[in-house]
Amino acid sequence: MLFKLGSLLLHPAFKYALIVLALLFPLFASNEYQVYVMASAFVWAIAVYGLNIITGFCGQLNLAHGGFFALGAYTLGLLSADYGWSFWPAFVAALLFTAFLGFLVGVVSLRLKEHYFAIFTLCVGFIIYLLLDKWEELTHGPIGVRDIAAPNGFGLVDFTQTVPFYYLVLAFLVFAMWFMGKLSRSLLGRTFVAIRNGDELAQSLGINLMRNKTLAFVLSTTYAGMAGALYAGMIRFIGPEDANVQHTFDMITYLLVGGIGTISGPLLGTVGIVWITQSLQFLEEYRMIIFGPLLVILVIFFPRGFVGSFLTWMHRESQKQAAPSKKKESRVSTGKGVENNA
Amino acid sequence: MNLFFQNIVNGLTLGSIYGLVALGLTLVYGILHIPNFAHGALYMVGAFMSYFLMVDLGAHYWVAMAGSAVIVAGLAVLCERLVFHPLRHSPPIHDKIAAIGILLFLEAVIQMFWGSDFRRMSSPFTGIMNFDGLIIPEQRALIIVGALVLVVALQLFLRKTMTGATIIAMAQNREGAFLVGIDANRVAMMTFAISGVLAAFAATLYAPINLVYPAMGHIVIMKAFVIIILGGMGSIPGAIVGGMIIGFAEAFGGFYISTSYKDIIAFGLLVLILSVRPQGLFAKGAH
Repeated sequence: MLFKLGSLLLHPAFKYALIVLALLFPLFASNEYQVYVMASAFVWAIAVYGLNIITGFCGQLNLAHGGFFALGAYTLGLLSADYGWSFWPAFVAALLFTAFLGFLVGVVSLRLKEHYFAIFTLCVGFIIYLLLDKWEELTHGPIGVRDIAAPNGFGLVDFTQTVPFYYLVLAFLVFAMWFMGKLSRSLLGRTFVAIRNGDELAQSLGINLMRNKTLAFVLSTTYAGMAGALYAGMIRFIGPEDANVQHTFDMITYLLVGGIGTISGPLLGTVGIVWITQSLQFLEEYRMIIFGPLLVILVIFFPRGFVGSFLTWMHRESQKQAAPSKKKESRVSTGKGVENNA
Repeated sequence: MNLFFQNIVNGLTLGSIYGLVALGLTLVYGILHIPNFAHGALYMVGAFMSYFLMVDLGAHYWVAMAGSAVIVAGLAVLCERLVFHPLRHSPPIHDKIAAIGILLFLEAVIQMFWGSDFRRMSSPFTGIMNFDGLIIPEQRALIIVGALVLVVALQLFLRKTMTGATIIAMAQNREGAFLVGIDANRVAMMTFAISGVLAAFAATLYAPINLVYPAMGHIVIMKAFVIIILGGMGSIPGAIVGGMIIGFAEAFGGFYISTSYKDIIAFGLLVLILSVRPQGLFAKGAH
């Protein structure tokens, strides 16, 4: 029974079902607030996909991800509030800026071995926070940035309304997921996974480590910048606490709960946790009491997250059903590869 | 000129605290190869336990310090047993994520009981020593002397006792240590316990001249990481020298450059150093 249900989830049509469900969501949401919560979950999911590229595929724990998210938000916020740019040019500028900074940070940090990279990025994240907080002439300091431009609908749609904004974010999310899916099936995506499985091994296959890692890092910071810019366009007000390292930890939790290195995991993890914490409002303040042990339990018992572990289990089951006794070497387990599921 | 000496005192104070925290971190890294991101949380819990014992239960400062050290050591051992021990054969990224999980949990628990307000913790050493115009508050003197005593005690423990020798043996050569029958579990627990004790002492020494709040470990742990990278991951003298470098850089940088950017100095230094020497300043070869 569970297996039947599982194979439904793996069916190629499942992702279209999910998209239809997301498109219809505003119709059966009981109020606008729910649509708003869903839109913000989607914004976070886009950023989590970015983290998935560098941490999930490439295996480098990036602890500056929340910082890049905030950089995207601040680029858009400052350009629109202080320099009168409209949303879309500022949005493009935010993408370019986070990509460029991602390149700079990546070139320096990705030469570092495992632990050093995590520590370095932790410090980068903290420097971003301190600069946003202290560089008052540029960033307004602790007061934050107000009057951020909303996305321009060119007279056709009003993106200050929740429902149109929801569809805008959904469009970006679908694009982000589509791109991630393409990436995972491409040679580049497989190269990233080869790097995760071991630097030396990847190098022995003739993979240029620095070039590929930097590319993955730039892609990931651009995702973060995109999510940050959308966030600023939604909230219309940002402050230095948006660069708090807590956001990075949140995103790691979403990624891990859903399934690190999978395609549908980050979305399911993010939407799931955002909804659970939203519906249990009293949890909001103490959610870390649950998140903390959850992270520990996941890395010890389900290192591939719920989606990842489920996929492994499904794969084993399907092999059992397809070939009860004979043909042992049918397919190599996808246990360590990139999943091409919904 | 007096201001210059004043800055030296400030640098020594900061350096002592950072050095103690970094010492615990570098021990755990050097012996078990775990970059313990939760170490800052142990430091924070140490401060809160002292606060709890002193302010809520009315214990004496020294008693509170000892009690806090025992509690945090126990907590650190618990972390090793429940979290890092099961993960010893996992990919390195798992250790780090699990450590972040511990950090989030400890902070949330402390916040649940004490809230996120800033608190003040007093100590019996409120006097000020005046050496011909050079002013040294007693608490700062206590920090410097206390750190010195702890470092010497740790050295004596590692060099002169059998338990210390097993720890050193395992740091030098894991396989060799196993061959001669050293119990790896015992050494792992000892190492975590020592790192917890050092964190609790550092926090209790520093709390009276700073504030106590749940996020207080963040900056300190990041600086401790900067220090152990400076000093070579796993090196004990490196942690002490690195602590002093950061302490002085901050005291003088804060005075001569800018107070609001003084926290950036350490991180800027790290970014600079790792850009030039990816393996750290004094590292003999990364683990």
